[in-house]
Amino acid sequence: MPSCKYDWPAAGQRKHIGKRISRIDGPDKSSGRAKYTYDVNRPGILFAKVVGSPYAHAKVTSIDTSEAEKLPGVKVHIVQGVGTEIHWAGSEILLVAAPAEEVARDAAQRVKIDFEVLPHLVHEEDLSKVGDRGKPTAEQKTGDAAAAFSDPDAVIHEGYYGSAIIAHCCMEPHGQVVEWTPDGNLRAWESTQNVSGMPKEYADALGIPVTNVRVMTPHMGGGFGSKFGADRWGSECAKFSKAVGKPIKMMLERDLELVMAGARPPHYAKVKVAAKKDGTVTAWESDSWSTGGPTGGGIPPLPYALNDIPNVTKRHTAVATNIGPIRAWRAPNHPQAAVLTLCALDDLAAKLNMDPMDFFQKNAGLGGERADMYRQELTKAAELSDWKKLWHPRGTKIAGNVERGLGLSLHTWGGRGHNSRGTVTINPDGSVEVAAGSQDLGTGTRTVIALTAAETLGLEIKDIKVSIGDSALLPSGASGGSTTVGGVSSMTRRGAIDAREQLFAAVAPSLGVPPDQLEAVDGKIQVKGSAAKSVSWKQACAKLGMNSIKAEGKNPGPCELISSGVGGVQVADVSVDIETGLVKINKMVAVQDCGLVLDLKTAESQCYGALIMGISYALHEEKIMDNATGRMLNPNMEFYKLAGIGDIGELVVHMMTGPGYDERGVIGLGEPPVISPGAAISNAVANAIGVRIPTIPITPAKVLAALEKGGVA
Amino acid sequence: MSRKKDKLARPPGRGSVSRRDFLRGAGVAVSGGLIAGETTKARAAAGATTPILGPGKVPITLRINGKPQTLELEPRVTLLDALRNHLDLTGAKNVCDRGTCGACTVILDGDPVYACNVLAIEAQGRNIQTIESLTVGGKLHPVSAAFVEHDAQQCGFCTPGFVMAVKAFLDHHPNPTMESVEKGLGGNLCRCGTYVGIRKAALQAAKSVKGGLHNA
Ligand code: FES
Ligand code: FES
Repeated sequence: MPSCKYDWPAAGQRKHIGKRISRIDGPDKSSGRAKYTYDVNRPGILFAKVVGSPYAHAKVTSIDTSEAEKLPGVKVHIVQGVGTEIHWAGSEILLVAAPAEEVARDAAQRVKIDFEVLPHLVHEEDLSKVGDRGKPTAEQKTGDAAAAFSDPDAVIHEGYYGSAIIAHCCMEPHGQVVEWTPDGNLRAWESTQNVSGMPKEYADALGIPVTNVRVMTPHMGGGFGSKFGADRWGSECAKFSKAVGKPIKMMLERDLELVMAGARPPHYAKVKVAAKKDGTVTAWESDSWSTGGPTGGGIPPLPYALNDIPNVTKRHTAVATNIGPIRAWRAPNHPQAAVLTLCALDDLAAKLNMDPMDFFQKNAGLGGERADMYRQELTKAAELSDWKKLWHPRGTKIAGNVERGLGLSLHTWGGRGHNSRGTVTINPDGSVEVAAGSQDLGTGTRTVIALTAAETLGLEIKDIKVSIGDSALLPSGASGGSTTVGGVSSMTRRGAIDAREQLFAAVAPSLGVPPDQLEAVDGKIQVKGSAAKSVSWKQACAKLGMNSIKAEGKNPGPCELISSGVGGVQVADVSVDIETGLVKINKMVAVQDCGLVLDLKTAESQCYGALIMGISYALHEEKIMDNATGRMLNPNMEFYKLAGIGDIGELVVHMMTGPGYDERGVIGLGEPPVISPGAAISNAVANAIGVRIPTIPITPAKVLAALEKGGVA
Repeated sequence: MSRKKDKLARPPGRGSVSRRDFLRGAGVAVSGGLIAGETTKARAAAGATTPILGPGKVPITLRINGKPQTLELEPRVTLLDALRNHLDLTGAKNVCDRGTCGACTVILDGDPVYACNVLAIEAQGRNIQTIESLTVGGKLHPVSAAFVEHDAQQCGFCTPGFVMAVKAFLDHHPNPTMESVEKGLGGNLCRCGTYVGIRKAALQAAKSVKGGLHNA
């Protein structure tokens, strides 16, 4: 039984929580009614386009917009003038706008900008060529790795691993529609993960009070970590709109979206690992490097997940490049760290002639407080992938040209709910609304708010109206780090319980019991356990007279509704055609926990989506940078490849729920399942063909090159 | 305009080889540019009998969801931009604008096309069906309903295109298999990774449509 006022209902008393609930904005999306920023049309609107730099590193020496301005209705707004320096290709020099989109595109073509080209660096994989752009960080040490490696009984593996730079490639590009009211208020529709935080960004950039800015995001077409800020193009677009006195829509064209609106940093490492003969891992040493674009960027958390390896020495070098700023990409640095760690350990297991399932079971203890979870999840993943039957020692030749292999990986993430405030309103007519300045990236924010309120008030999900995506509402945190579901569900729970209490107080006299003897179930307010002594929800609300109940919900707040720290295990089952180098996914299994699951259907969707994104980055995705020009060579969706519907095989998702999981409360799920696919697929390919493809994506060219050097071919 | 040209602009689904398979196999790019080039050649060959339109605005009449709509557009305006920028029909999305992703899929005389790869002027005299027509009297089309049931959507930005692609696919393939669904929808992409739901939704919608739940 709940022991704290706001606790989640006990397992037997949940009507909606943990069930398979269809997302409440599903009908709007699948009917085309849902309006995204890109869909906002305003009277008199201008379409703006970015004119960016073709060079990765250059100085602007002249700008001539006269030809562009000869076109009907064309306006120009300079972002970076003559004499300024740019540090990545695509970087916006100016904006052009016109009443017709095709004319705006023409205008962009007619702008002439001259540059003084400066030296650039767009490749970091070969550390010997980065010169003084590389900045080593201090060595970190735990235990005595050198001593562990020199133990004569140690089995040692050394290898090189990496993960290429990839893009976010949100289907809705970055951008905004901005409009000024005659009294100097800015309204912006923005494709953002950060509705409540956005007005301050605009206000700071424009030098106006934050009260004069309202940002709206009714729906948004994907962010994955790339849409936290208004970006310079956003605030410049607002300045432009003010100057021309017209609303402006400026969504990045696909090429610029891929070139400069988001990248996941590459991570590379030389790794040395040691184990005892029985497979117990004893030591780790790594030299890793990466880039954050103009700045050095983040350090991968190494060794990943099994981070209690007793003897660790690690060094990292941060390389400043001209590829453009990296942005948080779903589970920042974790998928790359998983490749660096789990692939190295898988190679060590192969050297020990151990089945990786046994090897990782044996070493699960190195996962610290997640150890038991990993053990349970490994067992479940082995069962669901038919591991015992299908796994074979690395590189065993099967028959014909297609080799099959299995590989696994594991991962962890925090995911504690963010700060959130919202209003739960119960009206005298019985209608209920929950309103908060949050956003739904496709993760199901609206749906978890609705089901939490419905659960708490004894109503159906359709009885709850959810209003989000508007900075005029009470502020809720940005959607990053898998923090939204924990934040908004606990906010809603607290607000709805307080609102319910006020309703009980209004109804209690007519039922002749004190308010604390009432409960809200099945659309009624009734005396606890006695359906006969009840009033309908509508009758109960009618007792409010003229006054709606408005209760503010908050996170954090009293009672432990959320926590953090999840684990997950994934298995990949692949076939590799050793003649063409093509890797085909037969099946992937994801075993994942996230504490108390609110909506099983959308939770599973997060995992399916993560597996698919993972297959995509493991096999297809890479921003291919050209050394000579400093430009991205594949800034379109034909050659920046995403996995398609025929590329994914069979996907199996198993959520760990029930005792041991539920009582931890709600934990975020967005990032964790996207961490393991790269390592799991790489390990499966190594198992299939007997050689390691050191870096992802595992393209046919890399497979064939590796097979030339060995393996089953 | 010939039917042959339409085939080029159409996402796969009718034939046995999907565009992505074809690209993978052949290792070459088939882009909108190539198609436009062929079209231009065909026009040039037609010589003097072809009227010259534009480059300024010309009146264009489109029959959209059964209703004729007249617009003044430059001949180079795509059907997608005409729908989105001039008629506020924003269900079809602009994602790649280059015939790769299928987010702009509409149905032209019963066949799915990438609206970003069709000029508005070429779509005159044709029946253009957009996602806005699928919901009748507030009731979701069985394909849309199956997308909700199987959670075949996350951010939803690819969803209208996928729904139209599934509808057109099922109109031509009333008895789909998992394999034919994967081939038939190979011309649409989703970043959030909703393909598992889409496969299920397509198979279920095939049954609902046959069961008489047909909206349009
Ligand atoms: S927008 Fe038309 S195919 Fe991508
Ligand atoms: S649902 Fe987001 S792109 Fe498909």
